[in-house]
Formats: sequence, structure tokens, C-alpha cells
Amino acid sequence: MRQLALLVALFAALAVAPIFIHSAVWMNLIIMVLYAALLGQAWNILGGYGGQFSFGHAAFFGTGAYTIAVLQVQLGINPWVGLVAGGMLAMLVAAFIGFSTFRYGLKGSYFALITLAFAEVLRILSNSVPFTGAGVGLLIELNPSAANMQFVDKASYFWLLLAITFIAFLTVWWIGNSRFGAQLMAVRDNEDAARALGVDPFKVKMSAILLSGLFSGLAGCFYAQYFLYLDPSIAYGSSVSVESLLVPIVGGLGTLFGPLFGAIALHTLSEVTRSVIGDLPGASLVLYGILLVLVILFSPRGLSGLINSLTGRVPASKKKEENNG
Amino acid sequence: MPDLAIVLPSVLNGLTTGALYALVALGLTLIYGVLHIINFAHGALLMLALYGVYFLNTVLGVDPYVALFIVPPVMFAIGYTLQRLVITKASHGRDENILLVTLGLAIIIENLALMGFRSDTRIIDTPYSFEVFEILGTFIPQPKVYAFIGAVVTAGLFWLVINKTDLGRAIRALAKEPKGARLVGINTNHVFAMSFGLGVACLGVAACLLLPTYYVSPHVGQGFVLVAFTIVVLGGMGSFVGALLGGLIIGVVEALGGLFLGESLGQIGIFVIFIVVLIFRPTGLLGHKV
Repeated sequence: MRQLALLVALFAALAVAPIFIHSAVWMNLIIMVLYAALLGQAWNILGGYGGQFSFGHAAFFGTGAYTIAVLQVQLGINPWVGLVAGGMLAMLVAAFIGFSTFRYGLKGSYFALITLAFAEVLRILSNSVPFTGAGVGLLIELNPSAANMQFVDKASYFWLLLAITFIAFLTVWWIGNSRFGAQLMAVRDNEDAARALGVDPFKVKMSAILLSGLFSGLAGCFYAQYFLYLDPSIAYGSSVSVESLLVPIVGGLGTLFGPLFGAIALHTLSEVTRSVIGDLPGASLVLYGILLVLVILFSPRGLSGLINSLTGRVPASKKKEENNG
Repeated sequence: MPDLAIVLPSVLNGLTTGALYALVALGLTLIYGVLHIINFAHGALLMLALYGVYFLNTVLGVDPYVALFIVPPVMFAIGYTLQRLVITKASHGRDENILLVTLGLAIIIENLALMGFRSDTRIIDTPYSFEVFEILGTFIPQPKVYAFIGAVVTAGLFWLVINKTDLGRAIRALAKEPKGARLVGINTNHVFAMSFGLGVACLGVAACLLLPTYYVSPHVGQGFVLVAFTIVVLGGMGSFVGALLGGLIIGVVEALGGLFLGESLGQIGIFVIFIVVLIFRPTGLLGHKV
């Protein structure tokens, strides 16, 4: 309950932030942090709570993004309809990937590889078929109005994103406090034991990948509306997949606020480097990579774990585990 | 149905490319077979080796085939060190952590290359780049034929090391039963690192054979990495013969896919094979139950 109160308070405080922040640069930064937190939270549902490490979340993200963009550009369908359709199609892709892998009990490296391959297949397809604009990409026509989900001011984009992100965080709070969440974490920690207790691992993992795919797809829809441009490597390239997993891992896997910490940390880091060494291509990714390696080497539970151990708030079970390990 | 005169060169070309794929996959499968980890940095390390060959050639004038005596040992040292200093330390008892650490290493190496060398595509110029052999009435570039021979010879050497030397025996023991291997006095950390080093050294050989007909850019490894995964999965994780067979099959599939579907869509055949094999026969063609 305390976590829920904290969550609501935090998002309420964020909701009024645009009243005080008038700089478009700052608003943009806050939007990018929030967007990263959404991507990361989506991954966290499947990776953090479900223990299934996907290396190809771009498959969901890109499907959401392309759905909303293609519907608008090729068929003239309203983006609000596209948002719903994007979320649904991303879930469909998630259902397909989940069904084909979890049914045969594929996990670990195999799961990482297969998600990566799916994202690659979709990237090649979107690069080859005409209705996605192939390699040239898709430009959504600029026509700002609330009905078109295009806004002149950053604040409106921010509120749209905040609403989606809030739903994602609420969902994860629910996972942390529900029967379903308990089953999901049981499957993550020991699949055989969970099955022996009557949990259906297939069903639980399917639900997790569907939710994960949904929020990743919604993040993709937002991206398309915010930047109004898409091409195959933006939508299905590896950088979205990497950002998705990096955010929760750096912040703290399987924790409610981990993705938020991770998003703040990563964006602060990349802003600082940009101001120190300039816009060198690849520089911020090098730092992301170094951060990933350092976190895994020295603090596998991410920033949340680090904060907890500094403030001495380590759960008894974890302490025992550490003493034994 | 297209003429045999078009298909045959395609198949031969596919076989030569496939042999190089097999070489890249051989390193990956060795690392998987022994350490049970998927090395996501494999593509990035191949890229590093290609730059090594490139600069040896352009700065010092070393022929790529002479570089065979320089690059693979250096790559071996890099692999050994990485495994010893970073990868073992990362596991904390969970394979997922190793997966992530190699991904992190791949990101670092690739983007350092991007920072240092920009995204330019570079090629080298050798006197034999455009020479051809006539085989079965079709013309195959000479470097591709050398690459094929080189890949087969390397695979043979590999087989000898794994099957006929003490190191190979230790590697096989470790792959089968790590605890038992430790009990009979095998220095597991050393042997793990040796396996990783050997796997990475394969990339050095592949780089030397590849560059005369290929190019290098910071992202060149990404194309190879999924192909190599596909081969390893197709052949059966940890199976050497499987990696060779898988490499040749994939090379031919890619060449024929490119011929019939066009360059961009042609690659899709590889991934379709990959997904179908992973779903229906995750142990691969020649793999044993893990």
C-alpha cells in the first residue's frame, strides 16, 4: 500500500510539473526519461518479474509504431484508433512469439535468441514491403490538433505519455501484489517447483509477455506520434531492444521503481557526456555498455539494490542468500 | 525455373561464403559447448579482428594471408583475457548475467569502433582481389577459394586440438562434467579461458580470410552474429560437425535466397530457418539433448 501511495503521489507531482517548467528543452528531457521508463517497465514485466530475458523487444515496439503510422499515412485512420490498434497488434506479435517459444519450454539463451531473430525478421520485412515506406521510411504529415494526437506544446505530449506510463506502473504494482504476480515470480525463481504447486508456467508466462508487448507497443505508438517519422532501423533496430533491457537492469530488475531510476540514471549520464565531450557518435552507447557490465559485475540488483544495501534495507531472505553465496 | 548456369555459380558462391560462416560459428559453438553461454560479443570481436587485418594491411602493408600468423594469436589473447577478467566474474551463478555481460561488451566494442573509425565502410586492395578460378565452368574469385580451403583446414586443426591433445581432453571433460573435471585436477578457470580464447581466435582466422573479398565497418559484425547463431542452432549447439554442415547450408540458402527474392528480402530465409529450427528442433540437426 505504501508503494501505491508513493506511486500515485509521484505521478500526481509529475502531472503538475509542466505548469512550472516552461523550457522546451527541459520538457523534452523529461519526456525522454519518462519514455525510457515506459520502455523499461514493459521489459521489466517479462524480464524482471518473469525472468525471461528478451533481446528483441523492438519487435513489439516497432509493431506498435508502424501500426499507428501506417494506419494514418496509408489509410487515413485516426491515431487514437491507431493507438488501440498498435497496442493490440503488438500483443498479437507477443502472443505469437510467446506461444511458439514457451510451448516448447524454450528459455534462457534460446529465448533471448529467438526474440532477437523475430525483431530481425520484422526489420527485414519492413525494409522490403511498400506500405511501410521500406528503407525510405514513413513521414507522418504534420497537422497539430488533439484529434490527430499531434500537439504544438510539449506539455500535452507529456500528459499523454504520463497517462500511459502511469497505467504501466500501476500494472506492475498490481503484479507485485497479486496472485498472478506471485505465480509469475514463482515461475521465475523455480519453474519446476511452481508447477508442482499447481501453477501453469505456460499460462503465466503468456500473460506476462502479452502485458509486456502491450506496453512496449504503446511506447512505440507514442514514439511515432512524437517524432512523426519511422524507418526500419528505428522501429525494429537493436537500439530499442537494448534500451528496453538496460533501463530496468541498471535501475533494479523486478522492482516497481527500478525502471524509473534506470531511466533517470541513463539519461543523466548521456546528457552529461554530451555536454562534456560533444555529440560524438556512439559515445553514449559506449557508456551504456560500460554501465551494463559494471552493474552486472558489482551490483546485479541494479541501483535499487545498491540504494537498499546502502540504507541497510535488505530483505532478510536476500541477506541470507548473500551470506551463503 | 532459372537456368542451371545461374544457379550453379550461386551455389558455389554460397558454399565459399558458408565455409567462412562455419568458421565464425565454430568459435561460437566451442564457447557454447564448453561454457554453456552464448557469446553475444562474437560479432563485435569479429569486427575488431577485421579492423586488425585492415590496419595491418593499409598501415604496415601486411598481406591478409600473412596476417594469419598475427591476428589469430592476438585475438586468442583478447578472448582469454576477457573470459578471465570479466566474463567469469559476472555470472554470480546465473547464466543470464553472462548473456548480458557479453551483450554489454558487444555494445562497448562496437561503439568504440564507431567513435574511433566512424561508420565508413573500408575495403583493402590486394593484387588478387579480382583474380578468378574457373570451376565447373563458372568463375569464382580466388580469395573465396582460398577462404574455403582455409576454413576447412582450420576446422581440421580444431578437430585435432579437441580430439588429440591434453587441452582438448580437458575441454571435453569440462563440457561434460565440470565438477568431475575439477576433481581430477583440471584447472577449470584456465581451461574455460582457453576455450573462449580458441573460439575468439577462430574469428581472427575468419577475418584474415574474409577481408580480401569483404569490407569492414563498425557494424559489420551484427550481420554475422545472427547468421552464426542460426548455424549453431541449426547444427546443434556445441556440435562441430553440425557447425560446418550448418554453415554450408546457410551459405547456400542465403545465396539462393538472394538470387530468387532479391538482396534485401533474401536474408529472410536464414531467419525463417532459425526460428523454425529453434521451435521444432531446438537440439539442431546433429545436437544431442542438452
